[in-house]
Amino acid sequence: MHIFKHTTFDFLRWRFHAIVLSWIIIFSGLFVFFTKGIPLAIEFAGGTSVVAKFDNQPSIEQVRAAIDKAFPENVIVPYGNVADHQFMIRVPHVGGETGTSLTNTSAQIKDALDATKIGTVQIVATEIVGPAVGQELRSKAFLATVLSLIGILIYIAFRFQFSFGVGAVVATIHDLLITLAFLAFFQYDMSLNVIAAILTMTGFSTNDTIVIFDRIRENLRGMRRDSMHHVINVSINQTLGRTVITSGTALLTALALFFFGGDVLHGFAFTMVVGIITGTYSSVFIAAAIVSFWRGQGPTRAAAHAPASVAAPASQQQPTRKQKPQKKARAS
Amino acid sequence: MSNLQWKVVTILVVFVAFFAVGIYPLIAARYGINQPKVLMDKALKRGLDLQGGVHLVLRVQTDTALASETNAEVERLRDLLKTRNIPFTSLAATSPTEFKIEGISSEQDAAFREASAEADTNYNRTPGVNGSYVFTLRPNIAIQMREQSVTQAKQTIDRRVNELGVAEPTIVLQNVDQIVVQLPGVTDIAQAKSIIQAEGVLELKLVEQGPAASREALLPNGQVPDGMEVVQGSGGSGEPGTSFYLVKRAAAVRGRDLRTARPSLDQNNRPAVSFELNSNGARLFSDVTGANIGRYLAIVLDNRVVSAPRIDGRIGAQGQIFGNFTQQSAQDLALILRSGALPAKLDYLQEQTIGATLGADSIRKGMIASLVGLFSIILFMLIYYKLSGVNAVVALVFNLVILLGLMAYIGAVMTLPGIAGFVLTMGIGVDSNVLIFERIKEELEAQRGVRASINAGFGRVFWTLFDTHIAALISVAFLFQFGTGPIRGFAVTLFFGLMSNLFTSIFVSKTLYEMVLSGRQQVQTLSI
Repeated sequence: MHIFKHTTFDFLRWRFHAIVLSWIIIFSGLFVFFTKGIPLAIEFAGGTSVVAKFDNQPSIEQVRAAIDKAFPENVIVPYGNVADHQFMIRVPHVGGETGTSLTNTSAQIKDALDATKIGTVQIVATEIVGPAVGQELRSKAFLATVLSLIGILIYIAFRFQFSFGVGAVVATIHDLLITLAFLAFFQYDMSLNVIAAILTMTGFSTNDTIVIFDRIRENLRGMRRDSMHHVINVSINQTLGRTVITSGTALLTALALFFFGGDVLHGFAFTMVVGIITGTYSSVFIAAAIVSFWRGQGPTRAAAHAPASVAAPASQQQPTRKQKPQKKARAS
Repeated sequence: MSNLQWKVVTILVVFVAFFAVGIYPLIAARYGINQPKVLMDKALKRGLDLQGGVHLVLRVQTDTALASETNAEVERLRDLLKTRNIPFTSLAATSPTEFKIEGISSEQDAAFREASAEADTNYNRTPGVNGSYVFTLRPNIAIQMREQSVTQAKQTIDRRVNELGVAEPTIVLQNVDQIVVQLPGVTDIAQAKSIIQAEGVLELKLVEQGPAASREALLPNGQVPDGMEVVQGSGGSGEPGTSFYLVKRAAAVRGRDLRTARPSLDQNNRPAVSFELNSNGARLFSDVTGANIGRYLAIVLDNRVVSAPRIDGRIGAQGQIFGNFTQQSAQDLALILRSGALPAKLDYLQEQTIGATLGADSIRKGMIASLVGLFSIILFMLIYYKLSGVNAVVALVFNLVILLGLMAYIGAVMTLPGIAGFVLTMGIGVDSNVLIFERIKEELEAQRGVRASINAGFGRVFWTLFDTHIAALISVAFLFQFGTGPIRGFAVTLFFGLMSNLFTSIFVSKTLYEMVLSGRQQVQTLSI
């Protein structure tokens, strides 16, 4: 079975459209970010979060009315299945910052719910995060992302060429921004799990890019007289099938987590789904385009600088390939 | 044996070993089959988010440990100067690591220098104006003391949690001065928290004045006499009470001389705590009580007077603390005293409680999502790659077994993000197979033989896989570095997933092809 057999799409011709589309998404994301903001989950914002289980399903207004008196600033959302009669209640208070009084707020929430006689209430989960923790996590998450990007840049520059490293890292930053934009659109809580998904994504979104780069590198040996533009296009087309399939399998698992994984994993799975899709898109349209920008439109560097009579050392690995007409050298 | 046979044996041995560690204990536990203890101990544990329980993050206020060291140093110097008749106007700590003395006359300067050099060498002495000196704790000693106080705090919490009888608690250090405490299955959070946080500093001090209703009533001229201090009474459950005592600053007996403590009843059959001192403590106690019959002895716990009974006679090794105890609080105090004092104050930074039902729900959903994800991948691979798809599925199962085995072996804990990482690892893991198969297809189209195509496919893709895996490992490394608790578990899952994926997608998968092709002389077609 084959999908995308012998395609000859001119991907680079669309790079400007792609870049404009990406900027539109990123700027709308920024717009939402600055107008509505991205809600921070409790581990970053600090505060008290309680999951309360009722024996009968109360309306969300009833629950809000009960909480409003004690905590005017609150977030109340249904939690889990409707049949569970559960609500997650979040308030920005942590009680006393130190000591055993940390639990006071959750006790006050319970008291407030008990007082209104909505029904029997059971607190099934509590999470209290002091203000110091959130700040620390935020800066650490940022640092980890930047460091892993630098690490990937160095590695790809070392294994390929510097321009490839730049292409991979720009594509990854693109993926990060697009993912953040979608998190802003859909107003998912920025939680520890979402950060984990984002960091995982920075690692795996380079996978497709590396597969394409690998093919460009390979084709550069056999197609020394062609323009970089052409080599890149041929390489993307040759690897298109596997790019789509590999992303598809990863997407299957991410979707399974999104639809069946439950509330706790929702944000995580959503981030992965967006990350996988944008990762594939950026590998095809952004990463290679950056290399093309960087290297210019002319013939490949090898063709421009090396006399044709000098054989590249790499050609020893595949002597048959070199003689073939370049278009048939790789057929996918 | 041939090369191929060796490979097959290697793979089977690896499979059996990882199956035994990672999967057999889970099955055996589920169906109540007996299994060797070695395996049972290694069985994959469920994390707190799946099991229910309490997750606490505490910060050790290392400053308080340094402050008490500095205060002790101040007292040592004060005593020394007193015995040597060196006058001064003031001597007090100015920060946790610093104290200042003022008003040393120039005639006494040499004598003071000598005395202070004898008192301690942990502090740097800097002279100031008008016979003043500033003493600063040496930075390396300060760092050492901070580290020590964190380690000691962890050990103390370890003992207290063990005494509480929590099954399989996790107590680990994090970010220099933080301690993460996980108590699976604990429901009474308030009790657990107050026991962990109690400083547990017990001191017996002679009462000079009191009890009085206010600080002012105790001190007619407003000055605390030399070597004495005012301590507030305890109003029960750690709150300050309304009575005040003037006591000797130096403790007659300290908590570290305690041998053991247990809950008991006082003469009126009310809950109390009985303690027993070691030989050093018993000697001190008997001296003090013998010399002060008729006076009152304050039992000071964490700087609050719990009770101040009259000394009716010489007491040896045994004593009793009574006051406003309930059975529970007497039991808790005995536990705290037994496990020793904390070297520094603790702050709670974060607290998370997960009900057991919520945990069970998470497991169920995580399992369903995993299975749906796995089966859709398997289905896709079988349809798209036909018989080669079977190869990929076998590699996938191997990957699963090896990953579970590795996780169990290193004692990793299964958390919900861990399960998610697990599923993702499988989804991304088959990518390696896809890349190899697509390359083989290409080679076949280029009219190469089946065997040559397979060899070329695996050979060429190896370096691609190497690069993608290294790039992924780079970000996983930073994820681990950054992560706390569950995120670390997630990073560990991804790390081992990447490793075992390299093994299965390259070595196992290729060997499977070799096995299938080994029996045949001429191979014309490949189902891919």
